[in-house]
Order: sequence, then C-alpha cells, then structure tokens
Amino acid sequence: MSRYDWLLFLHLIGAFALIGSVVTFSTLLVSGERVAGPQLVFLGRRLFEVGGLLTLIFGIWLALDDYSITDGWIIGALVLWFVGGGSGSRVGELYNTGEGGRARQPLIVMTLATLAVLILMIYKPGA
Amino acid sequence: MTAPVRPDSWNFPLLLHVLGAMVLVALLAIAAVVLSVAMRSDDRAAALRLAFRTLLIGAIPAYLVMRVGAEWLASKEKLEDADFAWVDIGYMVADIGLLVLIVMTVLAGLASRRARQGGTPSGLVKWANGLALLLIVAYGVALWAMATKPI
Repeated sequence: MSRYDWLLFLHLIGAFALIGSVVTFSTLLVSGERVAGPQLVFLGRRLFEVGGLLTLIFGIWLALDDYSITDGWIIGALVLWFVGGGSGSRVGELYNTGEGGRARQPLIVMTLATLAVLILMIYKPGA
Repeated sequence: MTAPVRPDSWNFPLLLHVLGAMVLVALLAIAAVVLSVAMRSDDRAAALRLAFRTLLIGAIPAYLVMRVGAEWLASKEKLEDADFAWVDIGYMVADIGLLVLIVMTVLAGLASRRARQGGTPSGLVKWANGLALLLIVAYGVALWAMATKPI
C-alpha cells in the first residue's frame, strides 16, 4: 500500500466523522434534544472536531503530495471547509449552551458547505 | 501528480455510494449512543423509539443508497465478477451488514414496544447496541479496504 492509500484512508475517516457530525446535529434538531440530548451533543461536537482536523491535515498533505494546492477545486474546498468549520463551531456552541433552537440556520450553512466539499472532492473539476 | 484519475461517468454513483455509507455509519453511531443511554433514561420508551426510528427511517434507506451506488459503480468499473480482495470485503460487509441491520432494527422495535408497555427490555437493548458497534467496526474495515485497495 502506498502513502497515497494511507493518506486517503485517514482523510476519509475524517470525512466520515464530519458528515457524522452534520447527521448528529440534524438528528438533534429533528428530535428536539428531548432524548439523550447531552450525549448526542457530545457525539456531534467530538465528530466535528476530529473530522475537521483529519480532513484538513490529511487533505492538505494529499494535495501537496499528489495534486496541486493551487488547483481551483482544492482552493474552493478549503474556503468551504472554513465556512463549514465556522458554522459547525457555532452549532456545537449553541447546543452546548442549551440554545439548540437557534442552531437551524448555522446547521443549514454547515450542511450545504460540507456537502459541497464532498461533491468537489469526488468530481475534482479541473483536476 | 500521482493520484489516479477516474472517468467522469463514475462520479455520481461514487457520490451516492460514499454519501450513503457516511450517513449510514453516522446513524449507527447515533443509534448506539441512544441505545446505550436508553435504559438509564427517564423516558426509556421515547429513547428506544428514537433509536428504532433512527434505524428504520434513517439507516435502512441510507444503506440502500450506499448499496445501489456500489452496484452502479461496480457495473461501470466492470467489477461485478472481479476477484479482488477489496471488492470481496466490500460485498461481504454490505451483505452481512444488511442482515445485521435488519436484526438490530427488529430488536430495537421490540424493545421500544416492550418499554411502551412498561417493561424493561435490557437484553434486547444490549444486543441491539452490541450489533450497532459491531457494524461500525465492520464498516471501518470496509472503508480501509475501499481506500487502500489491498490486491
């Protein structure tokens, strides 16, 4: 197995965790935190932190090793990562302080940004 | 640049496959967390209902998206009859995984019903929780096989 394979594997674990945080926060929004709220908030926040870190570190490593960091789709993904990261932090904060009712808007931004990154990663326009 | 480039026509099936798998694993993790706190919860029936619905309305449809994407992609890549370990691992985890997912959903449904009737279905909950954790590990192995493609 090449270094590319391992970097991709670790990058994908991060992507699974990041989408996991979006799904967890969405479940909280739908179920209204009535059941297992604190535990699901904990899960969503940890998945967001681990996913954000792994996708960024191994994504940049992959870009430097196997692509070009100045490619449009990589720059676009980085910008979207920061948009998703900012809104995701806000969602986590709101749930953590018991203001989950106000998380709908940042969660929509987080979801759209994360999905857009996933689409860019798969389609790689211009690569 | 050393990364492989795939034909454009493979992208949409791959997106379906990957997104389905990501949502499926996330919902399994959510179900595992909810099941693990259900028996200590003040509203046990509501917790078990959430776990059951997460599996029935979320995880099973996500599995179908993942599996349809996989089959579509395999037909594009002409891999249906290929003899590669990573393809075999993927099919094995997906096929056994469906069976486990169905069993787990039934267990969660039975536990939910029993809790609603005032019972304490701790055995059912433990089994469903154990199966959820087992599936997460199995999908981790499948992810490793898909990403690194050993042989």
